[in-house]
Amino acid sequence: MLKTLLIGIKDVKLAFRDRAALIFMLLAPFLLTLGMGLVTGRFSGGNSTGISDIPVVIVNLDEGELGQALVDTFNSEELADLVEPSPGTSPEAARQLVEDDKAAAAIIIPMGFTRSVIPQTGDFDNGSEPEVLQIELYANPTRPTSAGIVKSILDEFMSRIEEGSVSGQVSIMQLLISGRISPQDAEAAGQEMTEKLQNAPDDDTLAIALNTSTADGAEVDFDILAYLAPGMALMFLMFTVSYGGRSILAEKAQGTLPRLLVSPTNSTQILGGKVFGIFLTGAAQMFILIGGTSLLFQLKWGDPLGVIVLVLAAVFGATGWGMIITALAQTPAQVGSVGSALMLIFGILGGSFIQLDQMPAYVQAISRITPNSWALDGFTTLALGGTLAALSTPVTALLTMGGILFVASVILFGRKNLAQK
Amino acid sequence: MENILEVQNLVKNYGDFQAVKGISFSIKDGEIFSLLGPNGAGKTTTISMLSTLYAPTSGDATIAGHSITKDAMGVRNAIGVVPQDLALYEDLSARENLIFWGQMYGLSGASLKNRVEEVLNQIGLVDKAKDRVKTYSGGMKRRVNIGVGLLHKPKLLFMDEPTVGIDPQSRRAILDTVKDLNKQGMTVLYTTHYMEEAEELSNRVGIIDHGRLIAIGTQKELTRQVGESETLILHIGENEDPEALVTAFKGIKGVLEANAIDHEISVVTPSAADVMAPVVTKANERGIKIHSIDIREPNLEAVFLHLTGRALRD
Ligand SMILES: Nc1ncnc2c1ncn2[C@@H]1O[C@H](COP(=O)(O)OP(=O)(O)O)[C@@H](O)[C@H]1O
Ligand SMILES: [Mg+2]
Repeated sequence: MLKTLLIGIKDVKLAFRDRAALIFMLLAPFLLTLGMGLVTGRFSGGNSTGISDIPVVIVNLDEGELGQALVDTFNSEELADLVEPSPGTSPEAARQLVEDDKAAAAIIIPMGFTRSVIPQTGDFDNGSEPEVLQIELYANPTRPTSAGIVKSILDEFMSRIEEGSVSGQVSIMQLLISGRISPQDAEAAGQEMTEKLQNAPDDDTLAIALNTSTADGAEVDFDILAYLAPGMALMFLMFTVSYGGRSILAEKAQGTLPRLLVSPTNSTQILGGKVFGIFLTGAAQMFILIGGTSLLFQLKWGDPLGVIVLVLAAVFGATGWGMIITALAQTPAQVGSVGSALMLIFGILGGSFIQLDQMPAYVQAISRITPNSWALDGFTTLALGGTLAALSTPVTALLTMGGILFVASVILFGRKNLAQK
Repeated sequence: MENILEVQNLVKNYGDFQAVKGISFSIKDGEIFSLLGPNGAGKTTTISMLSTLYAPTSGDATIAGHSITKDAMGVRNAIGVVPQDLALYEDLSARENLIFWGQMYGLSGASLKNRVEEVLNQIGLVDKAKDRVKTYSGGMKRRVNIGVGLLHKPKLLFMDEPTVGIDPQSRRAILDTVKDLNKQGMTVLYTTHYMEEAEELSNRVGIIDHGRLIAIGTQKELTRQVGESETLILHIGENEDPEALVTAFKGIKGVLEANAIDHEISVVTPSAADVMAPVVTKANERGIKIHSIDIREPNLEAVFLHLTGRALRD
C-alpha cells in the first residue's frame, strides 16, 4: 500500500517536471478557455452564449395579466434569437415533450396565478392567508445549459414582479408602459397591491416561489465560462490520463519497470501505483485549473463539495480510459497518438466545443461513452446552483465507466509481459 | 565457504530460439565471479532469470537459500541488481532516485536518509546530488545506476556490463568500487565482454558462449588449458601492413599462432625468449619499424580463442 502511494507520488512529481506535459495539462486548457471566452464576448461585457433557439413549451392556465406577461416576455423581440417558445395544451403534454427531448423545458403557469400575486378586494375577508401560487419549471436534465437559461429568464421575470409588488406604484407604471396591463385595470390593480401590502404581516409571504424540478439554487446568472472552462479542462484531462498510461510503457522501455519488478515490490503494487499516479496527476490538474479560473476570471464553479466529488469521479472515469488504451497499445508512441486522437474526439463528442443540445440525438447518445459529457453536465448543474445532491446521475455514470474500464484493462494487462523490455 | 548462489541447468527459450542452453555453476560467499562472453552469449538473459525478472524455461537456482522459481520475493530481498542499460528517472535528481529506490527496497526514515548519503559518497556524487540525472555525463549516470543496486546492502550483487560505453576514468572508478564493495563483504556476479575486467576483478571466471558455459575456474585453472604458452604483442606504425608480417611470423619455428588486430600483432609461442630474435629480424627485413614489444602470460583471451576459435571481441 505504502509503495503504491510512493510510486504514484513519484509519477505526479515527474509529470509536473515535464515542461511539454505542463503545457498540455495547464497552459493549453487555460489559454483556450480564455480565447473562447473572448470570442463569445464574455470579457467585453456581452453575454452571448453561443446557444440559440432553445425550445420551451409554455402552458398558460392563468387568466390574468401576469401569465400573459410571462408569455409575452418569452415571445419578445429581445429573446427571439435565444428561445423558441411554443404554447402547450396541457401540463401533461408539455412534460411529455420534455421527456421526449423535444423541449429543453416546460413552463406551467397555474390557474389563478395573477390573482394570487395581486389579490382582489375581499379575497382575504374570510381570514385566509395570502398564498402565492407557484410557476412550475419542468427542465430537461439532458440539456442542463439550455434549461438553465430558461430558468434564469424566469427568475428575472419573477424578481421583477416581486420588486413590483413591494413598491406598488412603480411596478404598475412599468407594467402599464410595457403594455402588460390595460389602463382600465391599472387603478384597481394599484389599489389592490397597496392593500395587499398593508394586509401582509411580513415580506416573506410576498415572495414568489419558483418550483423547478431540476436545479433549485438561488439566483442564476449563467456565465458561459462556466461551460467553457470545464469543457476545456476535461478535454485536457484526457491528455493527462493518456500521458500517464504512456508512462507505464515508457517505464518498461527505459528499464525502470523491470527494475521495479526485481525489487521486493509485487506487480499489483506497481500497477496500482501507476494508476494512482495517473489519478493524482489528473486531479491535481483539474483542481489547479479550477482554482486558476476562479481567481483570474472570477468564475463560480458552484458548491465546493459538489465540485470536489465531481472532479474525483471525472478523473476516475478518465483514468479508466487512459488505462484501457495503454493496455491495448504496444508502444509508448501508440498510446501518445491514440491518446491525442481520443482527446479531440471526446472533446468534440463530449461537448467541449459544440453544445450537445445542438447535436443530433444519436450523437448525444454516443457522447455518453465520454467522461467529458457526463462531467460537463455535472459542472453545468453546479454552476447553475445545484449541489452535490443533484449530481448522482453524472457521478454514478463516471464511476461505473471507470470501474468497467479498470476491470477490462487489468484483464488485458494480465496478458501483457511487463518484464520484457 | 558456503555457496550463496547455486544454478542448476538453467534454460531460457525465446520462442524457438534458445538463448541459454542449460548452464550450471555456483558462487561462493564473498567472491567476485565473472561471466565473460561476447555480445549475445546469454549473459543478460542469465542475470534476468537469476534476478526473477524472467521465469526460466527449465532449471532452477537458489540464492541465499531461496529458489528463484518458488520464492521470488526471498530472492529479491537478498539481491541487488545493476542492469546493463541505465534504469533511472532522468527528471529526478541522483538523491531523489536513490530515495525512491531505497523506499522500494523497504528503507524509510533515518536509515534511508543515512544510507542514501553513504551511497552518494561511495559513488562520488555528493556535490551533484541535487542535479537532475538527465544533466549528468554517461559515467555519472552509470554510477547512479550502480548506487541504486547497493542501497539495501544486498548479500549478492548482480552487475551486468556496468562499464559499457564510458570513459576510462569512470571505468577505473567503477572497477575500484567493485573491489571496495567486495572487500566490505559483498559477493558480486559481474558480467563483461572485456577480458581485462574479468582478469582484474574475479576470483573465478565462467566463460559463456552461445548460451553455454564452456569453461569455469580461476584464471590459473583456465589458462592452463591453453598450455604454457606466452604471447608477444608487437605495436607497429600506422602506415605499415601487418598482414604480410603475420604470414612471415607463422613461418618461424616455435610460433603457434599469429594474429593482427589493427596495428597490434599477437604471436603465441611456448617460449617468448626463443622467438623474439627471429621476429625482430623478419620485421627489419621488410623495413617495418616496431614501436614496442610486450610479453604476456597466457590470458583469458587466449583461452577463449583456444576454446572457440574466435576472438572475444568481433
Ligand atoms: N527478448 C528477447 N527475445 C528474443 N531474443 C532475445 C531476447 N533477449 C535476448 N535475445 C537473444 O538472446 C541471445 C542472448 O542475449 P543476451 O542475454 O542479451 O546476451 P548478452 O547479454 O550476453 O549480450 C541473443 O542472441 C539475443 O539476440
Ligand atoms: Mg547483455
